[in-house]
Amino acid sequence: MSRSIRNVLSGLLASAFVAGALPAFAQGSLLNVSYDVARDFYKDYNPLFQKYWKDKSGESIELKQSHAGSSKQVRAVADGLEADVVTMNQASDVDFLVEKGLVVKDYAKKFPTNASPYTSTMVFIVRKGNPKGLQDWSDLVKPGVQVILPHPKNTGNGRYSYLAAWGYALKQPGGSDKTAQEFVGKLLKNAPLFASGGRDATTTFMQRRIGDVLVSFESEAELIAKEFGKGEFDVVYPSLSILTEFPVAIVEKVVDKKGTRKQAQAYLEYLWSKEGQENAAQNYLRPRDAELLKKYATQFPAIKTFTVDDVFGGWARAFPVHFKDGGTFDQIYQSK
Amino acid sequence: MKRVLPGFGLSLGFTLAYLSLLILLPLSGLIFKASALTLDQFWAVATGERAMAAYRVTFGASLLAALINAFFGLVVAWILVRYPFPGKRLVDSLVDLPFALPTSVAGITLATLYAGNGWIGRHLEPLGLKVAFTPLGIVVALTFISLPFVVRTLQPVIEDIEPEVEEAAATLGASRWQTFVRVLLPGIFPALLTGFTLAFSRAVGEYGSVIFIAGNMPLISEITPLLIISKLEQYDVVGATALACVMLAISFAMLLAVNGLQWWAANRHHGKERVSI
Repeated sequence: MSRSIRNVLSGLLASAFVAGALPAFAQGSLLNVSYDVARDFYKDYNPLFQKYWKDKSGESIELKQSHAGSSKQVRAVADGLEADVVTMNQASDVDFLVEKGLVVKDYAKKFPTNASPYTSTMVFIVRKGNPKGLQDWSDLVKPGVQVILPHPKNTGNGRYSYLAAWGYALKQPGGSDKTAQEFVGKLLKNAPLFASGGRDATTTFMQRRIGDVLVSFESEAELIAKEFGKGEFDVVYPSLSILTEFPVAIVEKVVDKKGTRKQAQAYLEYLWSKEGQENAAQNYLRPRDAELLKKYATQFPAIKTFTVDDVFGGWARAFPVHFKDGGTFDQIYQSK
Repeated sequence: MKRVLPGFGLSLGFTLAYLSLLILLPLSGLIFKASALTLDQFWAVATGERAMAAYRVTFGASLLAALINAFFGLVVAWILVRYPFPGKRLVDSLVDLPFALPTSVAGITLATLYAGNGWIGRHLEPLGLKVAFTPLGIVVALTFISLPFVVRTLQPVIEDIEPEVEEAAATLGASRWQTFVRVLLPGIFPALLTGFTLAFSRAVGEYGSVIFIAGNMPLISEITPLLIISKLEQYDVVGATALACVMLAISFAMLLAVNGLQWWAANRHHGKERVSI
């Protein structure tokens, strides 16, 4: 009897102790809602941060990841998925959360380098030896060249490919929105299909051997090499391409509610640390750190790029002009 | 008449609540959302050039797939019921595979098979037949995913027809064709229609497998569910629900028509019986 009372008492004591300690532990959990192909990057990054945070604050932190198509992810967050941070591949997705009041309007200024810890760019993957001699965007609109790219209206990398070609045409002598639209129209006419996503485009090009050139993220090229072997293709850097940025942001409402602002801030800040930047480089994403970029120079050849902000006045303007219903993409297909 | 089992009120109440919760509630939510548009806006979204092309592709390919399955599914069901052969159990369970397989897996597999360098595609391409990344590919994918609906609806009905019926028809002097058309088909027809309808409805809503094999070219091989996704990508939920409402309306009208046909077929059959007695 006395034994069981003692048990109950110690149990109560223990639970009181745990309850007292709990807030500190409960705070040590973050949910990062991210886009599809960032899986590998964050799989490597999370242990780095956990170690750093443990050393710095003595706190163990649990990190949960969620990956899927970025606009699906953002809709889930808007609908109440309790993400502490979002790490996306396109500003328009974060802008949607701004619109919903979940993310501050000037999120791009809350962290260095436009809140994008790393970048990438769109390059060409061609068949080994480049049999069609494709060197630049202007070669992709030639008759008889087949171009493979993901759906330009429905996918993030398809949109980047579209804007890259548009920006290139715009920067040519005598370039205007009109010539750019014609140029992109010609390029799209050379597409035998629109893949449903980046990985689907890769499969179509590499495995089903359809098309002469695949437009893809530079970071994908190395993954293709891993999957299909280096001897199967060449990477061609066009004279000019688009700088793709991957914005990160804190979800204000969630961190306020969960009391995780400090951890969320640190989690994102650490992306710009030497370790975080090196991890980006190892995942074939261009680090912002100039020294590291030099160190990995063979992996990241110099290429002239423009940003969506430079040429299109930001995603908030580029999206409605080009990709909303009735935008330039639709016009190209409805002019017939 | 006194029922053997009590509880009519309870089970009817349950049925209504269950159907409301599962079907009517989401559907009314859909229509409610779409009603945020004015009639003009709704009309503009619903009858846009690409939307119209997508309806044609979606409903055309689904109809074709359901017709193909109505014919070949009948053959498969007939053979599975009537003839013993080694490996019959295995073939029988193969029929269910399209039910169980994640549709995207089916789509990727079919695209790989029917692509120009695929096992099947490489033999079709020299004949000038391109399947993957054309509307034909959509028909192939929809035929694949909707096959079990026809077979599984027909099997029990065919099982119920005694072989003696055929023998009786033969002894009364009916030719093989007459036996099939006059004796067997009337019994099978309602189930065949049901199977056809199920296959068709399933095909209309299919997204996962189709997008991998369709090629997704505007005006040529875009299905309506892809346009809905495209609207959602623009965070245009209302536009997406408008398209969904149109699909819903067309599907409902077609289902109603098929039900009417079924009713007519059943009644015609009864009428004949009375005359023959």
